[in-house]
Amino acid sequence: MINDNANLFLIFGIFTIILGVCGFYCIMVTKNFIRALIGLEILTKAVTLLIIAAGYVSNRIALAQSMVITLIVVEVVVISVAAGIVFGVFKQIGSLNITKMRNLKG
Amino acid sequence: MILTLILLTLLVLAAVWTVMTRSLMMSAVGLALTSVILSIIIFTLNSPLAGVFELSVCAGLITVVFISTMSLTKPITRTEFKKQTKDRIKRYWYMPVIIILIGLGCALMLTAPDLKPLTPAIENDVRNVMWKVRQTDVLGQIIILLAGVFGVVVLFKERKKND
Amino acid sequence: MALLLILIPLASIILLNIGFKNAMTKLAIWLSLAVSAWQVAMIIFKVGFDSLNLVNVFNLEIDGLSSVLLLSIGIVAFCSILVGNGTICCPKKKFNFYNLILLSIIGMNGIVMVRDLFSMYVFLEITAVSAFILIAYQEDKFSMEGSFKYLVLSAVATVMMLSSIAILLMYAGNTSFVMVRDAVQGMNSPLVLTAIALFVVGLLIKGGLVPFHGWLPDAYTSAPASVSAFIAGIVTKTTGIYTMIRIVSEVFGFSETIKMILMIVGLISIFVGALAALGQNDFKRMLAYSSISQVGYIILSLGTGTALGVAGAVFHLFNHSIFKTQLFINSAAVEKQTGTRDMDSMSGLSNVMPVTGWTSVVAFLSTAGIPPLSGFWSKLIIVIALWKAGYYWFAGLAIIGSLITLAYFLYMQRRVFFGKINVNFKDIKEAGASIIIPAIILAAITLGVGIFFPYFINTIIVPVSSVF
Repeated sequence: MINDNANLFLIFGIFTIILGVCGFYCIMVTKNFIRALIGLEILTKAVTLLIIAAGYVSNRIALAQSMVITLIVVEVVVISVAAGIVFGVFKQIGSLNITKMRNLKG
Repeated sequence: MILTLILLTLLVLAAVWTVMTRSLMMSAVGLALTSVILSIIIFTLNSPLAGVFELSVCAGLITVVFISTMSLTKPITRTEFKKQTKDRIKRYWYMPVIIILIGLGCALMLTAPDLKPLTPAIENDVRNVMWKVRQTDVLGQIIILLAGVFGVVVLFKERKKND
Repeated sequence: MALLLILIPLASIILLNIGFKNAMTKLAIWLSLAVSAWQVAMIIFKVGFDSLNLVNVFNLEIDGLSSVLLLSIGIVAFCSILVGNGTICCPKKKFNFYNLILLSIIGMNGIVMVRDLFSMYVFLEITAVSAFILIAYQEDKFSMEGSFKYLVLSAVATVMMLSSIAILLMYAGNTSFVMVRDAVQGMNSPLVLTAIALFVVGLLIKGGLVPFHGWLPDAYTSAPASVSAFIAGIVTKTTGIYTMIRIVSEVFGFSETIKMILMIVGLISIFVGALAALGQNDFKRMLAYSSISQVGYIILSLGTGTALGVAGAVFHLFNHSIFKTQLFINSAAVEKQTGTRDMDSMSGLSNVMPVTGWTSVVAFLSTAGIPPLSGFWSKLIIVIALWKAGYYWFAGLAIIGSLITLAYFLYMQRRVFFGKINVNFKDIKEAGASIIIPAIILAAITLGVGIFFPYFINTIIVPVSSVF
């Protein structure tokens, strides 16, 4: 039983890593603000999957569910605020192109 | 087990399509699709409540947020679009390759974790856990919703008024 | 008591937003000042520390480390609110500013009082969301960009921390500090080590330590003056540095690897930050790099893993949040009066702005570690802790880093405040009272902590060392 669970977690873990790479690649490569946010969303999906899997294999599914619900609420707020900021950037520079944003340089 | 594997593969395919598709609108739809598949996976792992949240909030509300942001901002012109398309292929074709390589690498390299059996949880009803064990999180949710409402008012509403 | 620190700011936000727009716009500043002053008084006089412990359904606790942070949150918020009153133009924006400050006070108070990894994440996000809005809400191209950069990097950091929390949940069955500590310590499974690494890297991003510092100068520089004082002074310190101290010393424990990583990251941050600060022309950008460098000292001290090292880290954290806020307030005064942040175009401002000039001297001498100011004592503790733990090289390099700090601040002072006055700025006056008063308060704290150091060693170091 324990072994089964461990293998199940391994599978979920691998898919989480793949999703995470997907989202991270999107953030790194994109030149569009909105697409960067979509990349962040994919990263969050990966984490949701991992939390649920971790709760499932350790018999803490109720705890994991309550965490995922909180996570989703937080996620919505962050994305809405981010959308507000993207809207503001658009108002200021009239474009959604990140390459036009290089006024600040680390 | 087989069902889970199929669903997970679909999830990754949906995510890849979300990232690689050319049109921003399609990308938002792809994200919603990813969310739907994720919520099905969550259902199959005995977590109906979290699944419902994922389905309604992530697939529904967040898509609405994205699409309204897109409609508030200007879509790119046709020439820019063509230029971008050429450029995009260069930037994005690595991704499927990287993903397949990393997936294979992980499958070969990683081994199952050494889990110790835990004692069964005291409380197995998610509503009870939410309200009796994790009240701090509920309080936090209320506050962050307040912050979000405030942020949306400040960032969207007042800015539109100034124009 | 602990719960009140969250509920009272929350109640004031609700009160400010239920209606009566005109009256509330006037009331906002007094209410937010009162809330932060009440927090400071609460911690100093320890009012009702034990009496209200009945209501502990929310698992909030206050110990020595939390008190130090709560105190600095109160002080920095109080001063930033005053500066906001002096620098923000229209009443509407001022009103939003006070509300957002109150929201981030709630978030930070939550962070320092929770004893659970996941709840900590929730409060981190509350603080972060209010910080994003604070940076962005005044329409300005640069601030939008700085805010967006901060948002993306912070979101990546929280994703890392959440994956770590998921793995730890699987091993511990819960996410409270105690349960996770019992499950994790002494465990060498690769998955647990990955989880610890993910969490630590996430915190390093949040704190703006060197390999991950790209967002920090932009966010600090692009924010409005009062906001950058608040964010540089306390927000990143609470979200990145306090959390690191708490989590490493109470949950993960000091393994040799963690110690080495922290010390090396700290040392690199000290030097990269200090050397980059030497080359800046923008006043605020220089302060931002200086902040990276000072945070490096905190992390270096934490990396020793001894009680003295942790105490030094906490003491320097407190001092740093005081004098860095003050330097940002001075830069706000200079920017407001001269309309520029370019240090090359200023000179001799001390002649026309004596208070700003002399309070900034106090702050920079403290940053550089000159006795008898507060920064000297905390740096002394850090160096002694490094020496006692046997890291002689690190101790020597920390002292050299301090000399570079002295160099760039002297260079800054010479360019901005001393020398012959630039003819363009001959007729400017000292900034208004609401900028000078916080600068004087903070300079007095820096001086007071330095002079009455024996008293502070008993109130700060002894309680913190009892963590072990």
